[in-house]
Parts: sequence; C-alpha cells; structure tokens
Amino acid sequence: MKDFIIPDRDYGTPAAKSKQMVTLTIDGFDVTVPEGTSIMRAAAEIGISVPKLCATDSVDAFGSCRLCLVEIEGRNGTPASCTTPVAAGLKVTTQNTKLKQLRRGVMELYISDHPLDCLTCSANGDCELQDMAGAVGLRDVRYEAVQTHFRAKNTSGQVNPQYIPRDDSNPYFSYDPQKCIVCSRCVRACEEVQGTFALTIEGRGFDSRVSFGAKTDTALTSDCVSCGACVAACPTATLQEKSIIEIGTPERSVITTCAYCGVGCSFKAEMRGDELVRMVPYKHGKANRGHSCVKGRFAYGYASHQDRILNPMIRENISDPWREVSWAEAMEFTAVRMKGIIDTHGRHSVGVITSSRCTNEEAYLVQKLTRAVFMNNNTDTCARVCHSPTGYGLGQTLGTSAGTQDFDSVEKTDVVILIGANPTDGHPVFASRLKKRLRAGAKLIVIDPRRTDIVQSPHIKASHHLALTPGTNVAVVTALANVIVTEGLFDEAFIRERCDWDEFQDYAEFAARPENSPEATALLTGVSAEELRAAARLYAKGGNGAIYYGLGVTEHSQGSTTVIGIANLAMMTGNIGRAGVGVNPLRGQNNVQGSCDMGSFPHELPGYRHVKGEGVREIFQKVWGVQIDDEPGLRIPNMLDAAMEGTFKGLYCQGEDILQSDPDTKHVAAGLAAMDCVIVHDLFLNETANYAHVFLPGSTFLEKDGTFTNAERRINRVRKVMAPRNGYADWEITQMLANAILKESAIGANWGYTHPSQIMDEIAMTTPSFAGVSYERLEELGSVQWPCNEKAPEGTPMMHVDGFVRGKGKFINTEYVATDERTGPRFPLLLTTGRILSQYNVGAQTRRTANVAWHTEDLLEIHPHDAEVRGIKDGNYVRLASRSGETSLRANVTDRVNPGVVYTTFHHPDTQANVITTDYSDWATNCPEYKVTAVQVGLSNGPSEWQQDYAAQAAQSRRIAAAE
Amino acid sequence: MSPETMHAKLIYQANQIAKFMESKPHAEGVALLASHINDFWEPRMRLKLFAVLDEGGAGLRPLVLEAANKIKRPVSA
Repeated sequence: MKDFIIPDRDYGTPAAKSKQMVTLTIDGFDVTVPEGTSIMRAAAEIGISVPKLCATDSVDAFGSCRLCLVEIEGRNGTPASCTTPVAAGLKVTTQNTKLKQLRRGVMELYISDHPLDCLTCSANGDCELQDMAGAVGLRDVRYEAVQTHFRAKNTSGQVNPQYIPRDDSNPYFSYDPQKCIVCSRCVRACEEVQGTFALTIEGRGFDSRVSFGAKTDTALTSDCVSCGACVAACPTATLQEKSIIEIGTPERSVITTCAYCGVGCSFKAEMRGDELVRMVPYKHGKANRGHSCVKGRFAYGYASHQDRILNPMIRENISDPWREVSWAEAMEFTAVRMKGIIDTHGRHSVGVITSSRCTNEEAYLVQKLTRAVFMNNNTDTCARVCHSPTGYGLGQTLGTSAGTQDFDSVEKTDVVILIGANPTDGHPVFASRLKKRLRAGAKLIVIDPRRTDIVQSPHIKASHHLALTPGTNVAVVTALANVIVTEGLFDEAFIRERCDWDEFQDYAEFAARPENSPEATALLTGVSAEELRAAARLYAKGGNGAIYYGLGVTEHSQGSTTVIGIANLAMMTGNIGRAGVGVNPLRGQNNVQGSCDMGSFPHELPGYRHVKGEGVREIFQKVWGVQIDDEPGLRIPNMLDAAMEGTFKGLYCQGEDILQSDPDTKHVAAGLAAMDCVIVHDLFLNETANYAHVFLPGSTFLEKDGTFTNAERRINRVRKVMAPRNGYADWEITQMLANAILKESAIGANWGYTHPSQIMDEIAMTTPSFAGVSYERLEELGSVQWPCNEKAPEGTPMMHVDGFVRGKGKFINTEYVATDERTGPRFPLLLTTGRILSQYNVGAQTRRTANVAWHTEDLLEIHPHDAEVRGIKDGNYVRLASRSGETSLRANVTDRVNPGVVYTTFHHPDTQANVITTDYSDWATNCPEYKVTAVQVGLSNGPSEWQQDYAAQAAQSRRIAAAE
Repeated sequence: MSPETMHAKLIYQANQIAKFMESKPHAEGVALLASHINDFWEPRMRLKLFAVLDEGGAGLRPLVLEAANKIKRPVSA
C-alpha cells in the first residue's frame, strides 16, 4: 500500500500550456515558467505560497479575495498575483510590510462576518480560511459583527434576514451559508469543471450569496448533478461532505481507481484507520484530471451495506434455503459437483463468465480456470452484451479493437460525432471534458433517437441532432459516407497513403449508390436529408473530427456493421492517427476493456489471439502445463441454449448478474434453472443467485489489489485500502476454487499466486501488448496505456499513428439490413433502453447507496402524442409488453423521445426491462439487440403477473437458513 | 428448448451472417462466411448446422449452402 501526503499542492491557477518560456524574479529567486502562467503559480513553482482564498488550480483565476496581492517593481499598486500573468524580467515581491498590512486588513473583514467556532467546525484542520488567518498573522478583529450572515437572530432577538439555514437536502454534502466567504470557487467549479451551471451568485455586495439556481431550489431539487466539484473547491465548511461532518478529517490517502464506468477515474481514498472517510478525485489522474461524478465520488456505501453477503453459502437445490458454510466446505461442495458434471457430461459441459467489474488479474484467472482446469474454451464476459461488436468491427477495419485515443485528445477536437452514447449520464467525467471543449467552440453532431441532455444544455447546443428511428444506425452511417463520397469530401491523400485505394474505390461505389443517399434513407431513418448532409460536411471538413460512440451503436442486430461504418467514416476523412480525432468506443463498465484484453472471449486467448493459432496456444501451454482446446467455446447466449438442450450443466459466474442484465429474462431463467451447478461470486445475492447452488461472497474494489483498464486502454492500479470483509480478495477465491477442483480431479498441479502482481507478470510474459507492464512500472508511471512493450516502454496514448495495426486500413461495405424486430399492429412502438447518471447498470451497487434519492424507480419515457392516444398521463402506471414478455412501470410523458419511440432504464430488478427485450442479436458477435424492441404500452393497475411471480420466487430463493 | 427451435435459431443466425457477407465480392463472401462460423461457432453449434445442411439445408440462404464445404465439420460434440 502506498501512501501519499494530503492535500495535494494547490498551485492556485491552472497550468499554462504555452511552449514559450518566460523568466522573472520572485522574492529574489529566478523562475522560468510557460508564458501565460500567473505570478501566483510561478511563485508556487519555487515553493512560495502566496496567501489566497478565491484561487485554486482547478478553475481560472478570479481575483476577488484580494489576499494574494504582490508588489511588482515599476508597476503601480498591489496587483492580485492570481490574475496577473508573468512577463519577462518582472521583479515581484510577495511579502513586505505594506502587503502584510493589506492582507491582515482583508482577513479582518472576512473574519468579522464569520462564526468563530473553529474547534467544533467540520472543516477544522481542513479549512483554508483558518490557514490564511494563521498565514497573515491575524491576531484580533477591530470590527464588531453587527450585521452578519451567520447569526440566526440579531442582538435584539429578531430574526436575521441575512441568515440562511443549512441545506442538507443532498444526501452526500451539506451547504451551510453561514460559513460562506463568497469566493465563488464553487460557482466556477460548477461552470468550468463540471459544466452544469447549477450554482450562481445571487445579489450584490453584502447581499451576495451562493445559490442553487432559483430561490425555491435546494441542492437536491436544482440542476445539481452532485459531482462534488464544488465541494472539492470550497475552502471552508460551507460545502462539505457529510462523511467528514460525521467522521472527522482523514489521516492518510491511497490512490486507487473508481469501479464504476469505463472512464476509470483516479481517486484518493481518504482513510482514518480502516474507515473510508471520503473519495476525492485525484488531480494527477490522467483520465479524469481531478474531476468526478456522483457515483465515484459518493456512491461507495454499498461496500458496507447490510445486504452484503460475507460468508459462503451452498444448497442442494435452488428451491432450498441457503446454508452458510465455511470456505473449505463451500469449495469442496463445489469441486465435487463440478467434477461430477464433467465426469458425466464431458469437459465441454461447464464454463465461466468473467466480470468487467473485476480486475484484470481476476478476469485472467477466471478464463484460465476454464481453459486450464476445465480444459475447454467456454468463457465469456459481460462485454458480450455491450462492446463485442467493437472488437469485431474495429478489428476487421483497423486491426485492433482498441479505442484510438486518450481522453486528453478531446481538447484538440473541432467536430465531435456522438452516436448512440449519452455521456452526461453514462460517462459523466468524460462528458464534462467534452462540454468544456464544446463551450470553447468545437461543434457537436448527435446521432440518437432521444434528445439527450447534451443535445441542448447550458451553453451547449448540438449543431445537428439526427434523431433516427431505433435500428437504423447503419443506414444513417452509410448515408453520411454517401455524402462524403458523392460530394468529394474524402481525404484522398490519407486514403492513398494509409488504406488500399482500390478497396476504397469498391467501397465508394457501394456508398454512392442512390439507395444509400440521405434522400433515400430518410424514409426509413426519419432523419432529414438536409440535416444529414450538413452533418456529413461538417464532420468531413470541420477540422479535427472525432467519433465517440456507445452501446446505442453496438447493441443491435447490425451492431458490428455500424462499428465498421464508423471506422470507414474516420478513414475516408483522414480522421485517425493524431490528437483530436479517432474512433472512441465509450466502454460501459470500469473494466470492459481489460476483461476483453484478458482473453475472456471464448474464441481468443489473452491479447486477442484466436485459439486456433498453434503458436499462441503453445505459449500458454508452456506456462500452464496443459493442452489448450483449439475450438472456440460457447458465448453467453450459446451457453444458455446449450443448457436448455441439456449439454451445458455447470457455470461459474463472477461479478455479473446475467439474469437481470441479459436480454429475454425468461430464457435466461430457464437456462439457469436447467443447470446442475451455478456458482455465483458476487457482493450481493443478485438476481442470478436466485438460480445458484453456490454463493461465494466477493470483495469490493476497496478491499483488493489489482488493475482496471479504462476505455482509453489505460491500465490503472486498484489498491487495497482495507481488509476484505468477506475474508478474501476475489482472485484468491478463484484460486481456491481452481485448486479445489484440481484436487478433486487428482491432478497434482496447484495454483500458487500470493499477490496479484504475480498474475500481471504472467500476463506480461504471455501477451505481447502487455510485455512491459508490471506493478513496478505502474508505480513509476502512475498508469500506462497498452501496448506497453519494448517498442513503447511508456505505453501508447494514440493508436495507428504511422500506419494501421493491420497494415492498410480496410474499407468494408455496410449493407443496411433491417432488424426483424418490427413494429406492427400488436406492438406499434419501439422501445430503446439506457442508463441514468445516478444509477449504474443493474443497480446492485448504486441502489444500495443514497443515490436512490435521484432515481428510485425505472420510468418509461413516452411522447405526449403516444401517451394521449392511450389515455396515459404523467406518472400513470403503465403496462409495457413485447412478444417476449410484459412488465409495468410508471410513465414519464416527455418530448425527449420522438413519437413512436419509448425509452426506459434497466436499473431496478422489480421492473426488469429485460423481460421485454428479445433474443435477437448482432450477426457477428451475438451481442443482444437491447436497443430495439417492438412494444405496446397501455394503462395498468399495477405489477404484471410476471412481476408478482418473480418477486415471490426471488423472496423464496433468498432465504438463508438460521444457523444451528 | 425443442430441437426445432434450436435449429431455427441457428438457421436465423447463419442467415444473418450471410446477409452481411452477400455485400462482398462473391468468392470473398463465401470464404469469410465459412471462416466466421469456424472462428466463432462452438462445435455443438456447427454440428447442429450440419444436421440442417445434411437434410438439404432448408431455410438457409444460398451463400450458407455454398460455404458449407468450407465450414469445419466437428468430429463429435
């Protein structure tokens, strides 16, 4: 465990990016800094901290507190060092009698309107006002506090109109106006860092107050997204984490990586003993640059939630109650069962599912378990249901499934195409960085059936929103190509150099066909031809063009085809291989990238190498000492099909809830019910566990060492900050299971890892793109983007710089094939699904935190027109039915969706949106078609029959027998 | 799940692949269809596909039938 000193040095103003260097003298010391640096920051560079209150290096200088005054030889007055840029030859004095007096005077005024309750204040020990009072030598205050903001009543006992009581409405932080010094750091953080503009300064002069928007708004009812940027920026106790109020200040901090989305933010876990006091975004984290969202910053309470299971449990039949047992008994029971299945039904009758929520090391071990202990390739991962088409599509066209850029790249982008992604909800920290760039002038094209928040929000407006009919992505992407080809907007020089010109000719001929023109496709996509043409021109000729996409692209029958189409667009416009451009899949979960890298897919070993390759098998055979099967294994949907026909009987499922997250719930339930041994390894009794025979309690990301790889291929360390409450880290549990089965099979071999770093060493030894990765290297560099090897010892921020990984970029035709999931008289509406900011996927974690304050149930978004013809009013209980099943939930009548389209989230098991989704899937990868389901909606009285049956079955299944 | 539904599902998926490959030059489409199924379909799935093919391949698109002799027949399940 590595400790870092807290707090991180605050340089007062952001770093300047100029390459031009300037030398000046501060207090007699020479300092050389980039042009545009503030005097305050230049002083900080040489260790001189000029007193300050309103300045912090996460936001631009403001110059309001007047504490950071300095004198400059030859200039009049005492300028603020935060707003005064450096210039060559300046001679600056930061401390002399005059400055001392001025600062003390300023502090006196501040303190005259501040309660002097430092000892019992929640910011005690972590308060910049307190620090500055000390720094300027404030010894007494000459002013009597008559009119104040902090006394509830004035001296005559009358109510003080200036007093505003504390706002505790947000579950995670409090706003206490009596402590506020109106430095406006919070307001600027909300604008500049987060980009939400929820906070403002209301009133003028003495009446200036920080306010959450309108007078009637509280922190919770305002636009605030609870990202915590204001809390991090606040120098006093005004905006403060409630955990600090409850616990006190932390005493140490450990750098680790968030376990929510694929952005992979770095955090400081601030600790007191083994109690987590707060999570603070880490300034030097290369993915998040000091920013966070409500999930990573605050929603960690699930780790200590009462629902967490801490002891292993087993049962003979899924109708029995669970029985808590020792780890040894659980392992023996499981090994005997799995061995029995293999003996009776053969080695192909069992398999595993690795988790995109677990570490690389854990995913590697789980796939190794099936390949080297079960002796088959039946391993799959939840990436099957999200980004498997990315793997196929980008692999075919560019030669690797990797996203091409790092997140910093967005700072150089001129035109962004956002397709099938909703980053303000799904990838909030990236969204903040994107919005910052958009406010600076970059243009945005959104391709999405819904009017997502980013289409129009404060100071952001998309140039084009192509609100397509769900399921027509390929037609839209090909129509964009049609415009680029027929209007001659392609980058011929790039294509000639980097791709095969003849292949492009074939593709251009295909794309230029009249049936692919925007005018022809408008009929089926619902996108105006004119708007689409304008979007294509903007992307092709608007400067650096970058495409960011999400599951709205992949989770379709033609998911892989759309990914190919996206790669085609980037190649034909030359938007690949430099900063500000590229093809950027936004990965759903924290370690989707990593779990795919680690060989979780049934057809490929770690590093995306097909099992048919003898050379690759040889590498692992040598290290593992076994024969590796040369045939691809079963994918998740295939496992369930095989279970139904009786040839697949045993499954080890780590950290994934397939029953809730996979489509067509009834089919999944039937498949699971047909198995003889389902082992669920998770934090909670999730929905899948209702069908399990063995439950192995898991550990949280706070309780183990490992690595996560984010959407930009960045390998970040996960560090253990407390002991696992369940007794073991997840990698240890998989190892125990492997050893128990090896023992049961009377095979002498034994796994003997004693630390995850040894697993990473094995990965590095066997996988070329990881050859240079080790825990030592990660300590040195902080994080590294693969490929990291001899050729790139510091990793690879950008792919395809001098040439494509596959050699020449390959254009592939993208024929539109309509999904067979069609609307008709019975099911006239199209349902599409997605996520919301405060909740995460199946909600197992976030539903067990105070995040439920924002989203207590899944709602059905429906257009006012569709609602009216069905007699549905906002808030009504409605029945949502498809050919697969039906459920009921409440309606949210909104024009965010077009007529004919309805939308819901899938965070709550009692709604189970996946009862509705069908078994259609991507042609290449079997990634399910979550985003298009034909449905009917009507008024309902309450839960559907299925929901009632399900709730009863779940309650029955979750019983735990009382200890004897 | 009845064998008929299982077969129907596989026929559907094979045809989905065929529809993509049909937009390629013919010979390339045939070869890639076969290699796609060889690379991604577990032997049990291919065995079922052959059960359909051996019965004449009813319901399968012509490209699948043409690619059949390039698809690896699993030794046994």
